[in-house]
Amino acid sequence: MLIDVHAHFLHARTPRADWRERNASRLRAGERVGITFHVSSVLGSWGLTSPIYFPSPADVEEANRVQRDLEREHPDRIRGYVTVNPNYTTHAAAEIARGAAAGMIGVKRAASRRADDPLLDPVCAAAATYGLPVLQHIWQHRRRDFPGQEASDAAELCTLARRHPAVSFILAHIGGGGDWLHSLAIVRRVPNVFVDLSGSGVDGGMLEACLAAAGVERLLWGCDLTIDTGWAKLRYLEQLLAPADLELIRWRNAARIFPPGAFGNV
Amino acid sequence: MVTDVNAFVGGYPWRRVPGTAPRDLLRAMDRTGIDDAWISHLPGIFWRDPSEGNGWLLEAADAEPRFRPVPAVHPGLDGWEDIIASAIEARAPAVRADPTFYGIDPAGAAMRRLAAAAGEAGIALLLAVRLEDGRQRHPNDRAEELPGAAVRALIRADARVRLLVTHADRGFIDEVHFGSTPDEAARLWWDISWVWGPPEDHLATLLSTIGPGRFVFGTGQPLRLPETAVARLDLLDLDSSTRAAIESGNARALAP
Repeated sequence: MLIDVHAHFLHARTPRADWRERNASRLRAGERVGITFHVSSVLGSWGLTSPIYFPSPADVEEANRVQRDLEREHPDRIRGYVTVNPNYTTHAAAEIARGAAAGMIGVKRAASRRADDPLLDPVCAAAATYGLPVLQHIWQHRRRDFPGQEASDAAELCTLARRHPAVSFILAHIGGGGDWLHSLAIVRRVPNVFVDLSGSGVDGGMLEACLAAAGVERLLWGCDLTIDTGWAKLRYLEQLLAPADLELIRWRNAARIFPPGAFGNV
Repeated sequence: MVTDVNAFVGGYPWRRVPGTAPRDLLRAMDRTGIDDAWISHLPGIFWRDPSEGNGWLLEAADAEPRFRPVPAVHPGLDGWEDIIASAIEARAPAVRADPTFYGIDPAGAAMRRLAAAAGEAGIALLLAVRLEDGRQRHPNDRAEELPGAAVRALIRADARVRLLVTHADRGFIDEVHFGSTPDEAARLWWDISWVWGPPEDHLATLLSTIGPGRFVFGTGQPLRLPETAVARLDLLDLDSSTRAAIESGNARALAP
């Protein structure tokens, strides 16, 4: 069993003319690597009608509808996060309710609002109501603002996580760029924050640092935009860890924080 | 046969990196099925005179038949021409320069003279676009990344120049390849250490648009996990001859 906790699919209403090829490539590469479940989200219209990280309510609804269609099309491979933009708080809570009713298993927060903002609290409360973990887009040690996103860093996510101890938070793509050592130093002390190993970064020493900071019980395997780097990290972990510990990162930790039955009878 | 054209020995100044000793590099090569490696002296890149690391590098390569040294040349320092001669004598597959780390113009007169001299001597010049993701570098690690314009300028310095460029992503490779004449592009080799696989499929796209003859196996280890380059190839549907060319044949063509 292998669960990718950070995947994305594209769709027709985005600027990407190659969306079908990219989706097919993800599934094909997943077969090669042995990914049992892609836990994915669709991020609005990717700029076609609203910004990637600030999706409009209409784009959020369409994205979540596409995500649910993908789950129906691939019931044995794809599970879904509900994408929300917490600037539209009532809408976000309603989308979470609708997604949970349709079998979606987590909440995806992109970079629409700083993670420690009180506006996030109703979103987290809704996640708690339905027992869903929250995948939070993170910039590892953000030193300034970047155009097109209101990215948060681990310090802000951990502030939020302390306010919602019953919710599991997934710190996105530790290898996705930025100072991962800064993030790891902070998550060490916050037990309801899990580290997603995805991202194109494959730095020597990063996985050892993740293990030292979060332990095998709080690491989750994922790929995001690069399945090759995800597979490389998995291969390296196979050398570092005993089989039982590797199982935790491959899928058992994910099975523990997503709703019961999310991945069948495991 | 797998040749890693992009490996380092020696410590990194900006963070702790495990496995920087030659014996650690050998273990990592064994772990990932890499037969031999072209090695550069990592700390020297940051020194005032990077060639001061060459002695240790040559000794390390001399002691281990699976290593070939890539000595560093700073073309702004007197005597740099002698390094090219000694590199050839040591059977080095290439010499390297990291102009932005040296604080010199990457497309300036000194670098063009170096490229031309290496071309005239029949040895490749290795250039790294970056060593780490720019978003994570140490606040005081401020050298610019190598610009594509510099590679285009250097390949034009002399008709015999041959460049091996490491750590380039798809956008960089596209820009330089299609911004060069067919003759110039045929003297450029790219390692695959920074080219994404699926689902974006940048490597598959480049192999189809540019052709596999320009690509060589490189990892950037130990700064980066060498498993990445292997996984990248494993995710492609390559016939055995194409894979062998990328893994070692193209590198042999560059430096027999």
